[in-house]
Formats: sequence, C-alpha cells, structure tokens
Amino acid sequence: MENKLLVGKPVSRLEGFEKVTGNAKYAAEYAAPDLLYGYVVNSTITKGKILSVDVSAVLELAGVVKVFTHENRPGLAWFDLQYADMDAPPGTVFKPLSDNKIRYNGQPIALIVAEDFETARYASTLLKFVFEEEPFDTLLTQNLEKARNPKKGMSTPLKPPPPKPKGDFEKAYKNAPFQASGDFLHATEHHNPMELYATTTVYEGEGKLTIYDKTQGTINNQLYVANVFGLKYKNVRVLAPYVGGAFGSGLRPQYQLFLCVLAALELKRNVRVVLERKQMFSFGHRPQVVQSLRFGANTEGKITAMNHSAVGETSKYEDYNEILVPWSHKLYPAANTLFEYKLAPLDLATPIDMRAPGGVSGMHAIECIMDELAYKLNIDPLEFRLRNYSDIDPSTQKPFTSKELRQCYEKGAEKFGWNLRNPKPASTIRGNKLVGWGMATGIWDAYQFPARAEAILTKEGKLEIHNATTDIGTGTLTVMTQIAADEMGLSLDEVSFYYGDSKKPFSMFQGGSAITASTGAAIVVAVKELKKKIIKKIKDIPDSPFKEIPEEEIVFRNGMVHQINQPNVFISFNEIIRANKNKVIKVTKLGGPDLIKIRKFSKATHSASFVELEIDKDLGTISVTRAITAVAAGKIINPKTAKSQILGSMIWGISKALHEETLLDQHLGKYMNANLGEYHIPVHADIPQMEVIFAEERDSVINELGIKGVGEIGMTAIPAAVANAIFHATGKRINDLPIHFEKLL
Amino acid sequence: MRSSPLWSIMLTVNRKDYELEILPWVSLLDALRDRLKLTGTKKGCDHGQCGACTVICDGQRILSCLSLAVMKNGSEITTIEGVANGSELHPLQKAFIEHDAFQCGYCTPGQICSALGMLTEGKAQTREEVKELMSGNLCRCGANAGIIDAIMEVKKGGDHE
Repeated sequence: MENKLLVGKPVSRLEGFEKVTGNAKYAAEYAAPDLLYGYVVNSTITKGKILSVDVSAVLELAGVVKVFTHENRPGLAWFDLQYADMDAPPGTVFKPLSDNKIRYNGQPIALIVAEDFETARYASTLLKFVFEEEPFDTLLTQNLEKARNPKKGMSTPLKPPPPKPKGDFEKAYKNAPFQASGDFLHATEHHNPMELYATTTVYEGEGKLTIYDKTQGTINNQLYVANVFGLKYKNVRVLAPYVGGAFGSGLRPQYQLFLCVLAALELKRNVRVVLERKQMFSFGHRPQVVQSLRFGANTEGKITAMNHSAVGETSKYEDYNEILVPWSHKLYPAANTLFEYKLAPLDLATPIDMRAPGGVSGMHAIECIMDELAYKLNIDPLEFRLRNYSDIDPSTQKPFTSKELRQCYEKGAEKFGWNLRNPKPASTIRGNKLVGWGMATGIWDAYQFPARAEAILTKEGKLEIHNATTDIGTGTLTVMTQIAADEMGLSLDEVSFYYGDSKKPFSMFQGGSAITASTGAAIVVAVKELKKKIIKKIKDIPDSPFKEIPEEEIVFRNGMVHQINQPNVFISFNEIIRANKNKVIKVTKLGGPDLIKIRKFSKATHSASFVELEIDKDLGTISVTRAITAVAAGKIINPKTAKSQILGSMIWGISKALHEETLLDQHLGKYMNANLGEYHIPVHADIPQMEVIFAEERDSVINELGIKGVGEIGMTAIPAAVANAIFHATGKRINDLPIHFEKLL
Repeated sequence: MRSSPLWSIMLTVNRKDYELEILPWVSLLDALRDRLKLTGTKKGCDHGQCGACTVICDGQRILSCLSLAVMKNGSEITTIEGVANGSELHPLQKAFIEHDAFQCGYCTPGQICSALGMLTEGKAQTREEVKELMSGNLCRCGANAGIIDAIMEVKKGGDHE
C-alpha cells in the first residue's frame, strides 16, 4: 500500500451507533411471521438410556405445537461424516435426538415447540422421561490412569501432536544443578458469552431456509445444516451480522441450531430456539487439565532439560485436543526435552476451544516453573528469561517471521518499574496487605486461513467488499474497512464491508486470532485485482491520457486514479463508471498464506505481562492492582480496537487465575454452578489499572500486511504473572487454578 | 388445558403508550422483546445476575427480567431505544463509542441504562464508587475500563440528565 492513511489509526468502531442505540440485532431478535418458540429439554442423568418418554400432558396443553424426541425424530443423514463441521475433532460427532443414549448430563433430549416462549417453557415441566442410569466417570483427577494418546483426524494438521523428545531428558534433569518441578491442575471453564445461544429459522418453503444464528462461522454452519438435513447449499443461508461474544464456543454449530432447523423443516414454520443461561453449560467448555513439569538449569542459568507432560479431558465420543505442551521449547532452548500429551475420555460433553486454548493453560505452568527456577538460581525472573532468549525457534531451528519479545520485556519492565522490585518474598507491605509483583511471558500462534473477498466499484464510485466472516466483537468490520479504504485510496465512508452472511465469499470461522490476517489479506488481493481491471478499462477509453502510462505509475487516491507525481493526469471513479456504461466493476479473489515461503519460518506472537497484587494478611483475599501487557503481534491495524482485545484478554487471564471455574459434582456428574451468580467472572469493581504496550514489529514474511492477530496473545502470560506475584507476596507456590483466598489461609 | 386469563395492561415505553393483553407470567423483559419488538433490551441470564436487561422504570434502573410485565402496569419505561434523541446520541452513548466501551455490544444497552440510573441516584462520587455501583452489569468481553472511563467522562461533564 503506498498511502497508509487509515491503517494504524485508532478509528472508533463503525457499528458503534447500532450498538449503543439497541439497533444492532442478534440471532434471537429477528422478527418472522407466526413465529414458533422452541424450548430445549436436557438430560438430568449423566449416563444411561431413556427407557420411555411420556408427552401426553405436554400435548394437551393449549399452545403446544409439537414435541421432538428421539422417538419421533425424522430419519436424517446417516453418515457421521455428514455431521462433521469444520472444527470437528476426531471421533463421532454428537447427533441430537438420534438415539436413546445419554452421554453426558445436560445432553439435549427434547425440543418443545409452542406458540409462545412461556408455554414452551412451562410445557417442559410436564414432559416425563424414565431413565436407566449407568455408572459414569466425570472427574479427571480420578481417571488419569485412563489417559491415552489422542486419535488422529482431519483437524490434526492444525493441532499437531507434541514435538519428539530430544537428547536424554531424565539423565540431564538428574544431573542439573538447579531443578524446578510442579504439578498443575486447571478447573473446567465455560465461555459464557453474554448473548445466549440462539437461532431464528425463517422457513422460505421448498426446502429453503434463512437462518439467523449465533456462530463464529456462517459457512461452517451453512454446510452443517445442508449436509445433515439433505438441503442444497444454495438453499441454506446462515446470517450472523452481530454476535454477542463467543470466545470459541461458536466455532462449531451448537445444538440449538440443529433443533431449530429440525422443527422449522418438519413444521414448515418459522421457529426460534434460545438457550437459557444454565444451558450455556451444556455444550463445550475449556477442559480440566493436569500438567506435570520438570525443568533443569546449569550454573550459568541456562536451561538444560525440559519436560512437560499433560493429560486433558475429552468426551467419550470425540477426541478434543489442545496444543498444551510444546510452547516452552518455542521460547527457550534446551538440549534435552520430553513433551507428552494424553487424553482421558470422560462422560462429559466434548470440550471446545476457549480463548487461547492450550496456550493459556500450558503457559501458566511453564512460566510458573520458570519463576521457580529463577528463584532457585537466585536470578531475577526477567533476567532468567533473557538469558534463555532465542531469536530463532529452538524447537524447529527455524527463524521466526518476526520476534520482538525482547522489546516487550524491556518496555513492559520499564513502564512497570520492575527494576525496583525487592525479590524477597513477603518483603513488601502496604498497610494490612502483602504486595506481590510477578511477570511472565506469553506466546500464541499467528494463523492465517485462506479467504475469498469480492471487491466492487459501485455505480456511485464507492467500494463494496464482501466476505462471509463474522465480527464477534473484535472490530472486524472496522479493520476490514480501514484496510480496503487504504488499498483503494478512499475514505472510510466511501467503503462498505458486508459480512456475517454465508452467501458471501468464503471465510473460515472466526477463531485463533486469524481473521484480520485471513480476510484482510483476501481484501488486499481482491482490491489489487480490481484496480488492475479498472486500469485496463481506463486505458481502453478513447483518448485516455493513461494509454501510454505504465501500470506501476498509476495510483488510486481520493476517489480518483492518478498518474504518480502528475496531479493533472487523473480520472474520477464516477467517470470510470460512466465510461463503463454505468455498470459496476467487480472481482472476486482468493487470498491465503504463502505456504512455500512460510514453511521456512516459525511464526508466533509474543507478550510479556507484569502484575501487581495485594493480599489481605488476615483474610487472604487477592486483588490485582496493576497489570501491564506488552505485545508483539506484527502490524496493528487499529490501535483502539486492538488495545481493547488485549485489555479484554488480560481480564480473561486474571479471571482464569483468580475467579472462574465450573464446579463438578462428581457424585451426580453434573456442573453445580451453571449460572452467572455462581460462575464468577470479574465485575467492574475487580478491574485493576491496566496498560497495553504494542511493540514495533515489522513482519514482511507472514503476509502482505504484516498482521499476526491480537485476539488471544494478551491472555497467555497473565495467569502465570498473577501466580508468580502471589508467590512474591506470600512465599507460597499455588499451582492449581483458580487461586481463591482459602488456598492462602 | 390452560385457563389463565389475559391481563390488560398499559406501559409507556420511550414516551409511547402501549396497551397489552398479556399472560401474568410474562416478564417485562420478554414483553419488551417479544411483544413490543424492542429487542435493544437484552436477555443474558433471565435471573437478575448479569444486568443485560436493565431498563429505567419510573426513574429507577431495574432488571426487567425480574419484573413481571403486569407488575409494571401504568409505569413509564425508558429502554435503550429511547435514550438518544432521534439520531442525536446521548452524551453517554457518544462516550461509549469514543472510549471503545464495548466489543460484542450485547451488554451495552444494559450498561448504558444502568449508568444513567446510577448517575441519577447520585450516590457514586469517585471512580471506585462508580465501579462498585456498576458491578451488577457484567461484560464478558472485558470492555470494563472503557465503560467506566465513558461514565466518568459524562459524570464530570454533568450533562447526563
């Protein structure tokens, strides 16, 4: 791009007006004539089968239209593969109402459809199931002996197994003069976006559906619906213009979509299904994980041996896996390594990616061990990381496309005042509070998926861009408009980005911090192609002043095409359209990572977080008072929305460390706190003073724009920085998350 | 068979009168969203635990999911759709955009209505007090700092009436 006028500017969200006035419509808010309401009924047992179901009382209720259970579910797609969405892990996808088997507590077992929501909900109390219960396993810590290697499948390339061992870990660890080791247990977490999962299906007749759905992937859900219900792709349109948060939970179609579409097709009516908050705990979650680490270092403070072994929970029907253990070796060199990752299948719903999946859990354990090893060596924790700093990826020996982690350490430490830290635990007191300072490193992948974008020069001489991606609150609309406007030489109000619609050109689901790079790169490619087409057209205009001007001397600026450095030679977009017989000019192009080039490199975003917290000496209550995160994530398209991504993920990190956990009753196999009163997330009063620093990081390899993504990196360092600050405040190493006050008493 | 009678009620919502024939167990939130099609008020938990459904009822911020519509017969209600003056945004709405006080936008109507109610209550003076008295409104995206910044700016400006 020759004139970056908007990229890099803190533009306010373009959909701001809609969101602050209540005009932004979410999946449950689209009106449709004679709409029916569906209410989902969930299993109250954990494992077994349904022996019988009695719907008579429900059907006698005025206003009830139909009850769907496994007994009357119509025959649908037969092959499991037809239910496999783009994010399906190896295994057998759960098919709602397909049989009488109960696989987990909270499994959907019926849909009641009524003329209004209140009737459907009341009717659910009249529906009677007789179950036969079987023994079950739901607690990871009691089932560690069942752990086995994850199965391989279509998603394995995106989530590869851990790297092979190097050297002789056991010997090197035994001989290391300095050692640190620990076991880490992480609680289950649920995404709990504020918007409830919801689908409004508009029955258009003739096997044609318009579906407003809460999802991170419009095309993913379009394909799922078409495959499962045997509909033509072009007859299924999935729209998600506004998504009230998702954090990974919308990477796969959720069961309300299936049930809503089932009802709409069977009843040939418009149907809406909205989950309740307690039902938001009845599908994917961040899994329980148990991690064991042993790191050894020599007298110079260099790491010689690293072992990270983990067991994650999965369901009995799918092998969900995370990239949990290889992160340490993407940061720190070591001659002897041993990485292991296993799964223990339990009678629970399949977990699903939740913000920084694997990375945030793995890095918590790694960076706590690093802190402990620094203390054993009597080296400042930051200095210890610098001694083990690597400009290349030690696990692959490849260079990084870019790595400005050192800048993150330096800028973060300076802003925080890290050099003033007294390393002695429990050495700083403020009134009745112990004060702790902790730091940690963060790392996350820099993904880019293939994407297609359509670019249209409209009759009004403006630019339209079309792509199927969602904007789950990340600022996608705004950054894509910035990218397109700069590439075309237009202002923001002359560019319209249309998205959140499966009819638009291809986009993967919005996840893994990948969409800005993916759709952004596709937009650049498409607009470049559009410009080529426009240049060709203006050269063909009779008496065109551009006839003899080489293409590289032609630039697009301020709604015109110019000869570079020749302001008198120009043609406006309006004139171009007139010359084109008032027809629009459009192109569609596929953009994607340059895999041959990228193969020679490792790619990652990095961060460093610094945290101050206070702990009440008597009560053990912990409050974070200050947090700084410095991020190296390539080109920042919009510092305002990117900063919000980092601030939000820092709060997620604090929440994982100190607040949220879903508690399982192992006797019932059921989550006990499936509501927002007892599932604690930080409220306004919990939010500390926070700062975000973006390191200058130029990346000319990763993609044309140098984008690496910011959705997850801000979270990965925080939990360890919090835990390390707690050690600094108290001298206690608490490895299990979340850390609540009782663990300090 | 159901034999519950419909109740006739009147609600004044955003200065407009609505007559409703409604079952007694319909929450004010569902009445606004499903009957009046005022979907700006959000359902996040339906249990009074998240604040997304906050509206201003007879001058006070309330959780519309914890009120039955019939209990509010004759009440004057302001929802997020009634906060702006046509296309002219309220200073707090402008401040929310300027401070990037939302990401997904789902908690935003409740945050804005709650903040307007809180400012009218006049109890919170300091930033810490504002944080405390806004803590009934959850934001899962973590836009908290921007939300409090926006409220503090408007509070200092004094133009929140």
